[in-house]
Formats: sequence, structure tokens, C-alpha cells
Amino acid sequence: MQENKTDMEVKTKAKTVNEQKGDVVIEMQHLKKSFGKNHVLRDINLVINKGENLAILGQSGTGKSVLIKCIVGLVEIDDGKLLIFGQDISELKDKELIEIQKKIGFLFQSGALYDSMTVRENLEFPLRKQLNSISKEKLDSLVKESLHNVGLDKAIDKTPSELSGGMRKRLGLARTLILEPEIMLYDEPTTGLDPITSKEISNLILEVQRKYHTTSIIITHDIECTRLTADRIIVIKGGICAAEGTFDDLEKSADPWVRSFFE
Amino acid sequence: MEKKILQQFQTENGTTEIVIEESAEIITDSMFKKFILEVASITTFTFRFFKEVIKPPYEFSEVMKQSFLIGYKSLPLVAITGFIIGLVLTIQSRPTLAKFGSESLLPAMVAVSLIREIGPVITALIFAGKVGSGIGAELASMNVTEQIDAMQVSDTNPYKYLVVTRVLAATLMLPILVILADGFGLLGSLVGVNIKGDVSAYLFFSQIFQSLEFNDLIPAIFKTFFFGFFIGLIGSYKGYNSNKGTEGVGEAANSAVVLSSLMVFIIDMIAVQITSLLQG
Repeated sequence: MQENKTDMEVKTKAKTVNEQKGDVVIEMQHLKKSFGKNHVLRDINLVINKGENLAILGQSGTGKSVLIKCIVGLVEIDDGKLLIFGQDISELKDKELIEIQKKIGFLFQSGALYDSMTVRENLEFPLRKQLNSISKEKLDSLVKESLHNVGLDKAIDKTPSELSGGMRKRLGLARTLILEPEIMLYDEPTTGLDPITSKEISNLILEVQRKYHTTSIIITHDIECTRLTADRIIVIKGGICAAEGTFDDLEKSADPWVRSFFE
Repeated sequence: MEKKILQQFQTENGTTEIVIEESAEIITDSMFKKFILEVASITTFTFRFFKEVIKPPYEFSEVMKQSFLIGYKSLPLVAITGFIIGLVLTIQSRPTLAKFGSESLLPAMVAVSLIREIGPVITALIFAGKVGSGIGAELASMNVTEQIDAMQVSDTNPYKYLVVTRVLAATLMLPILVILADGFGLLGSLVGVNIKGDVSAYLFFSQIFQSLEFNDLIPAIFKTFFFGFFIGLIGSYKGYNSNKGTEGVGEAANSAVVLSSLMVFIIDMIAVQITSLLQG
């Protein structure tokens, strides 16, 4: 959808948003999570600032997805502190937690589209609780605008099974963005896509950040996506943050294991 | 008993049998633990249903949609099955009744057995096969493709939206399907009676209504609410808690049918005992 814009143009605009950063949006202190005897996250300490695009790299099974699922509340942490917008989520009541979760968008690896619904219904679904306060015209315009933002204007009456992999990812993104989240969590957004579509999705991530001023965490194995989107990168190894820095820093890291991700 | 024999082996043959004893204990222990955990999990799942069903917001439109999918779309299968059962039961019973010169009792006998027992149980088993497996497979595949997680992060309670609506729809639709299956069964019986005879529909149904009492009808319909509830609940439980990827989808559908069919017989047995006690 952003064919007429170069990567640099888009990234420069996104960087403008990053200049506003400084406010801590997510903070993790000694975060731990185990599944039985499998200690997935051993001691994660991390600070993510407003407007920042953070990429998380690491081998499969090192707990990258678990980490973002902890943030959105799909997985409960065992120990440590997780602060979102300065609030410790373990101390919040259910209603307060829901209010925080409303500000977080999650793009699933598979898109997680509702197969039994059309594209329109998929987009309307997150807004169903607000249907009493939104007019039908407003709802229709919101759906169309979301689809336009991801370049899927013509797919409105299709079902997810009629969409390609890239279109499914874009629709998943549109469905997430319809609630206008302040934090976006991307779980391997370019996995299974061809290089051209991957680049489109990467540009879309930047475009989303520019337009909605989101703070993003991107779990990925795609180095090109990391290069295009990340302001900062952390590498997880053995349940801890093994390395942290910009793309250029880590590409030239003294640690050959860290460097191997960029080769 | 098992432990005693193993200890005896241990005395005679040395160390090898100690391993056998330990592994047997581990297997028994693990199976017992698994069973207890499963029972606890189903109980928690059931209690959660009652908690969520009374708590607003209510998903009326989804209950209606599921009722349509579960009830209306099962109607042809239930109608055909009911008709065939009525027909076959009549044809099979006629020779036996003829031996005792009681052919005239055929409509009444078929009606009582169909309405009291065969109609509800057979319809519930078909319902378990079609709807129970469908719910199990649907929710399991939603689980595998992270759709349930997606609902949770979209500020929707997936349990309420997916489980409560399906269980309610199954509970409400099965009694209606059973009444319809009974009706089609009686039509099948009318056809069966007329294969080797000439009985008018008026006479046939007059005999049926003279022989039937509320005591035949009410308990039979009442138990079908429980059949529907457990079929919906077990299908939902198996699908919602499936966690073995695509393999788990088939497993959820299969175990939903097996467990809910077994549950139909257990409830039926309990219902018959209660009815007998109440009727003296």
C-alpha cells in the first residue's frame, strides 16, 4: 500500500514520533515465568518508552511470545513486576486491568481472524460493546477507514478463507487498530510471507506508529523487518535479555552469537 | 492385590521386579491423578458456566444464532431418524403382538416406547454426534488458531461468548428436536401400521392419545434439557481446553462425542430411577 514511499521517508516520519519519547510505557523488573519445569523467562528487566519500536530477537522457544502475552494478560507472570503506564498490573482490580488491556493491541502470528465471520464482521467485533453508543453510519465509516488504512478496501464482504497470507495479516492489524491502542504488540508479523509482502507489512508497522503514535514491540526472526522497524533491539537467550542496542550496535556486536542473527 | 504379587516376585527374583513395581505404581498414580484433575477441571468449568450465565452483559443475539445453527440445521437429520425409528419399531413389533392377538395395541405400544425412551435417547445420541462433536471441533480449532486469545484481547469474554451461548442453545434446542423426532416417529409408525393393514390416521392417533399420560410425556421431555446441557457443556469443555495443536481438534471432537454419549445414558438411568420413585 505504501509503494510510493521509500522506506527511509516512512522511517524518518516514525522517528519524529520517537523524538517525543521519554515517558516509560512498559517496565519489567525481574520478570519470571515457568511452565512446569520449563523456566521460560528467568529474569527479564526491560523499559520501553513512549513511541518506541522495540524488536525482540531470539531463538525459537526462548519465550519471546510468552513475554508479550504477559503484557496483554494472556499469560500470568510467576514473579517480578510488570508495570504498564506506571501501574503494577498484579495489583490492579479486574476492571482496572481491563481498562489497561483496552489500550493494548495484539497482532497474532496467524492473524487469528474469526473464520465464521466476514471481513466486515471481523472488524465490527471489537466494537460490539460500544454498539449502543455508535451509530450504524459511524460504525460503517470506522470499518471502511480501518480497511483503507491497510489497503483492503475491496475485501470488505469477503471471508478470511478468501484472503492471502499478507491480506490476513493486514486484516488482523486493521482489527487491532480499530480500537486505537496505545501499545501495539506484533507476534512475528512477517512470518510465512514473501519478501515483498514482508516489506509491505514492515512499512505498515511504521505507518501505524506514525499515524496512531503507538509504542510497539515486535517479535520477529526477520532481520529485514527488524532493520526497517526497530529503534532498539533486545536479544533473549536463556530467559534473560542477553544483548540490547540499535541495529547497527548489535550487527557489529563482539559476541558472535548475537552477530549470527544479523548474518 | 497387585502390590502383593509384585512383592512376591521381588523376593524371588531380585532387583528387576522392584522397577516393575515402581513403574506400575507410577502409571496407576499418574492415571489416577489425571482422572482427578480432569474431574476437577470439568467441575470448575461447569461452575464457571453458572457464574457467567447470570452475569451481564447477555449475548442474546449469539444465543439465537447458535440456536438456529444447532437446532434448525439438525432438524432434517432428526426428522429422518425419528421417522425411520417409528417405522422400524412398528414393523418389528407387529409379529410379536400378533402372536398374542394384540395387534390393536401396536400404536399405543410404539407411542409409549418412542416418547418415553427411544425418542429422547436416540435423538440425544444423534445430537451428541452432530452438535457435540461440532462444538468440540469448532472451539478446538479456534483455540489452535488463537481466535479465543484474540477475543480476550478484544475486550470480549470468550467463555461467555463461545461457551455459555452454545450450552444454552444446546439445552434449549434438544427438547424441541426430541418433540419433533417423536412426532416424525409417530408418522413413521402410522406408515408402518398401514403397510400390512388399513388404519386411518384419526383412529391411529386416537389410540395413541388414549394410551398416553402426562407421566409419560413430562419426565421424558424434562430429562432432555439435561441431555442438551451436558452435550453442549462437554463439547465446549473439550474444545475450549484443547491444547495439542491440530491433533487436538480431532481428539476434542472425538472425546466430546464419546463422553457426551456416555453421559446421555448415565442421565437416562438416573432419570428413570427418579421417575420410578416419584410414580411409586
